[in-house]
Amino acid sequence: MRAFRYARASDPADAATLVAGEPDAVYLGGGTNLVDLMKLGVLRPGLVVDVSRLPYDRIEHLPDGGVLIGGAARGGRVGRDDVLRRRYPALIRALLSGASAQIRGQATLAGNLLQRTRCPYFQNTTVPCNKRDPGSGCSAIPGAHRDLGVIGTSDHCVATHPSDLAVALAAYDAVVEVRRRDGTEVLVPIGDLYRLPGDTPWIETVLEPGDLITGVQLPPPPDGAVATYRKVRDRWSFAFATVSVAAVLTADEVRLALGGVAPKPWRLTATERLLAGTDPTDDEVRAATRAAFADARPLPDNAFKIELAVDLVAAVFRDLRPVGAGR
Amino acid sequence: MTDQLRGEVVLRVNGVDRVVNLDNRTTLLDALREHLRLTGTKKGCDHGQCGACTVLVDGERANSCLLLAVAVEGRAVTTVEGLADGDELHPLQRAFIAHDGFQCGYCTPGQICSAVGMLAEVAGGLPSWVSADLVAAPELDDDEIRERMSGNLCRCGAYAGIVAAIREVADG
Repeated sequence: MRAFRYARASDPADAATLVAGEPDAVYLGGGTNLVDLMKLGVLRPGLVVDVSRLPYDRIEHLPDGGVLIGGAARGGRVGRDDVLRRRYPALIRALLSGASAQIRGQATLAGNLLQRTRCPYFQNTTVPCNKRDPGSGCSAIPGAHRDLGVIGTSDHCVATHPSDLAVALAAYDAVVEVRRRDGTEVLVPIGDLYRLPGDTPWIETVLEPGDLITGVQLPPPPDGAVATYRKVRDRWSFAFATVSVAAVLTADEVRLALGGVAPKPWRLTATERLLAGTDPTDDEVRAATRAAFADARPLPDNAFKIELAVDLVAAVFRDLRPVGAGR
Repeated sequence: MTDQLRGEVVLRVNGVDRVVNLDNRTTLLDALREHLRLTGTKKGCDHGQCGACTVLVDGERANSCLLLAVAVEGRAVTTVEGLADGDELHPLQRAFIAHDGFQCGYCTPGQICSAVGMLAEVAGGLPSWVSADLVAAPELDDDEIRERMSGNLCRCGAYAGIVAAIREVADG
């Protein structure tokens, strides 16, 4: 590991000051991904600015029924929150499906959103990877890509975003609060936070250097919404999603977000449009889900993910729509 | 703003403040083992995947291999050495012995610290992935114990004894 300087930010302005003029500075939250990537030599910061003790660990219940979760809130606190457990079940299920209890206990919300892909080539410094080493090439496309992306990917990168929580946040239309280096606050809908790889896969988000995620706003769930999170993985616990889905359904609204298939939480907007306000049969759900993959770019060993996603969406419709409601 | 690559860190371990001079790169795990000579906490994978290094930080379970020691300054760290009350073993330590919850013993300190944190999570109402009801107080059956302990691997395969030991303590 490269030697680095360490500084603990005393307040938000201090964090911004500390990273100013430091191109190889990183923010440290729970460290569960960052420290590992530093050990692996994937990340080599010269300065680590610890923002985990800034006053962003609160969970606020807003008068409109929404919730603000602080960027420094760790998983245990989020999972214990009564209101989140009652009103945002897909969010809590997604959280609890991720990683292990030890990692959830330390990882912060902001760090969860900004964690890096688990593409094995990104984590292995002895092989080419455009995300880690721009222009070096993608080892995954001709290599072991079975766990990687099928849509939103490019000829330069097929990595997936590994977060479960972010998938549920996408289905709840969450908005990310960002504190800019100059102290101003900007709001970024979670769907706009991540950038697709295109020919610059090393640029993963719209954040600028020094930007700090201070929290995530959850709007109130739609009236009468039912919601869940389903996850398919290679072992029963402590594994990343092969494919996962967060679903928020009402009588006239359908929101579906997939994990494990794309470089970001992937909203199935075409499917949502086709199914909104309908009472679809299983076949109609499946056809509408396939429609959202019209632009997919599956590779030989991961094309199965599309049919798996179709199965999963069909399954959440079975779970959430009471028996007899369909035709 | 520090230009230093190392410095003095006050670690609060098992209720005692210890001052150590550490390279910023030192993990909590290495600080415990190599600097404080608390070798109960074990290094397995060193990447947060096996759970052998599990300790409690401010009461929450943590992989000490993934924490920078300097970042833990001032937070309360509990290791396996801090669980017993003098010669009186912690109930989970006694239960692991009674139920053969280990063979080689290497994963055991992490298993026991993890179980202590897990029982506190259950008491605090934290559901798990296998909880059918996210709102009701969790009921700790074997499936719940297995899911909640999935961050601790045992290569000897002593899982049956581990689950039995934890269940005995959970059931009081």
